[in-house]
Amino acid sequence: MATLDFSFYTWANISNYLLSGLYFSVSLTIAATIGGIALGTVIALMRLSNVKLLEYIATWYVNVFRSVPLVMVILWFFLLVPSGFYDLFPGGSGQKYRAEICALITFIVFEAAFFSEIVRAGIQSLPRGQTNAGQALGMTYAQNMRYIILPQAIRNMLPVFLTQTIVLFQDTSLVYAIGAYDILKGFEIMGNTFGRRIETYLLAAVVYFVISFFLSMLVKKLNQKIRIVR
Amino acid sequence: MAYWQNVWDRWQFLWDDRGDGVTYFQWMLSAWGYTVAVAATSLVIALVFGIVIGTLRTLSGHRVISAFAAGWVELFRNIPILVQLFIWFFVISELVPGMRSVPGFVLACCALGFFTSARIAEQIRAGIQALPTGQRNAAYAVGFTQFQTYRYVILPQTFRIIIPPLTSEAMNIVKNSSVAFAVSIPELISFAMQTQEETSRGVEVYLAATVLYAVTALVVNRVMAFMERRMRIPGLTVQTQGAH
Repeated sequence: MATLDFSFYTWANISNYLLSGLYFSVSLTIAATIGGIALGTVIALMRLSNVKLLEYIATWYVNVFRSVPLVMVILWFFLLVPSGFYDLFPGGSGQKYRAEICALITFIVFEAAFFSEIVRAGIQSLPRGQTNAGQALGMTYAQNMRYIILPQAIRNMLPVFLTQTIVLFQDTSLVYAIGAYDILKGFEIMGNTFGRRIETYLLAAVVYFVISFFLSMLVKKLNQKIRIVR
Repeated sequence: MAYWQNVWDRWQFLWDDRGDGVTYFQWMLSAWGYTVAVAATSLVIALVFGIVIGTLRTLSGHRVISAFAAGWVELFRNIPILVQLFIWFFVISELVPGMRSVPGFVLACCALGFFTSARIAEQIRAGIQALPTGQRNAAYAVGFTQFQTYRYVILPQTFRIIIPPLTSEAMNIVKNSSVAFAVSIPELISFAMQTQEETSRGVEVYLAATVLYAVTALVVNRVMAFMERRMRIPGLTVQTQGAH
C-alpha cells in the first residue's frame, strides 16, 4: 500500500509543468468552440438549403465525423496536414508547436459536425412563420437569417452550446495521441519526473472535474433563466 | 492503369509478416475483435450500473440514496474518459489491494463502463420522468408498493422509450473504446499507430481502421433501429443532449 505525498506540488513546480498545459487546454477549448460554431453554422445552413449538392456535402460531412472516433480524426490530421503548412508560421514556431496547431485544426473541423447538428435543430425548432414573415417583408435570404432566424435560434441553442463545450473541454485530453502539451500531458510529465504518478493523475482528475462541474452548474443556471424568458 | 497498380501495391503490406508469424491483416482483425470486445463488455457494465443509478435517482423520499446517485453521475460525467482510464490503471490498481493482478482488459472495460454508466443513468432518469405521472399514481392506486410500481409499471415502459438515446450511447461506446490505446490494449487505434510506424503506410492503415469503425457503428445503429421499431411506444419520446 503506497502512501500519498503531495509535497511536490510547490508553486514553482506547478508553474513549470502545469500552467502552460492548462493554458493550452483552455485556449484550445475556446478557439475550437468559436471556430466550430462558425463552421458548424455554415454547414447547418448548407444542410437546410435547397441546393441538393450543398445539402449532400453537408450531410456527408456530419455523418463521417460522427461515426469516427475523435482519436482517429486527430491521427488523420496529424498525418495529412503537409509539413509545409507549419512553415507558414513565423520564426519556426510552426514546426515547434506542430502537434498543438494540428490539434486546433482538428478540433474545429471535428466539432463543427456536432455544432452544426445543434444549429440545425435550433433553426428547425423555430416556427415556419418566422421565415415566411421575413420573406413577406421582402428580406433576402441573408437578411432573413441575419436579422430573424439566427438571433432567435442562437438564444435557444445557448445552453446546448455550453453543454457541448464541456464535452469539448474533456475531449481536448485526447490530444495525448499526438503528444501535444495540454494539462494532462503536464501532469504526466510531472508524475514521471517526481515518480509520483498516483498523485498527479488524482489531481488531474480533480482539475478536470472542478472545471467541468463549474461549467455544468452554469448551464443549469442558464437553463432556468431562459425558461423564464420563454 | 499504372496508377491503380500502384494503389494495389501499396496495400500489399497487409499480407506481410510483422515478425512473429502474424500478418498485419490478421493483426487488424484481432484488433477489431478487441475494439468490439471492449465496447461490448463496457456496454454491459454501463447498462447494469446506469439502470440502477438512474432508477435510484428518481426515488422520492430517499434523500441519501438519490444524493448518492446524483454524485455518481456528476463524478463520472465530469472527468474525461482518458483521465478515468489512467486513474483505473495507475491509481486504483496501486492503492486498492488485490487490484494489481486484474488484467488490463478488465480495467479498461471498468473505466469505459463506469464512464458511460453516468450517461445512461441520465437517460434512464429522463425516460422515467418522461412518463405521465398518471402511470405512477395508477400503480399506487391499485395498491402497488414502490418496488412493484417500478418493476411492473415504470421500468418496462422506460426501457422501451429510451432505445433511441441508447443507440447513440452504444455507438459512442464503440468510438470511446479507442482511448484504450493509451493503456496498450491492442485495439484498432493501437494497431493503426504501430503499423503506421512499422510500415509507413499511414493513409492505408488509418483508412482501414476508419472503415472498420464506421462499419461497427453502422451495424450497432441498424441493430438498435430494428429493436426500436419492435418496441417503440407511439407518442412517447425522450430527449437528451451532449455527445462525445
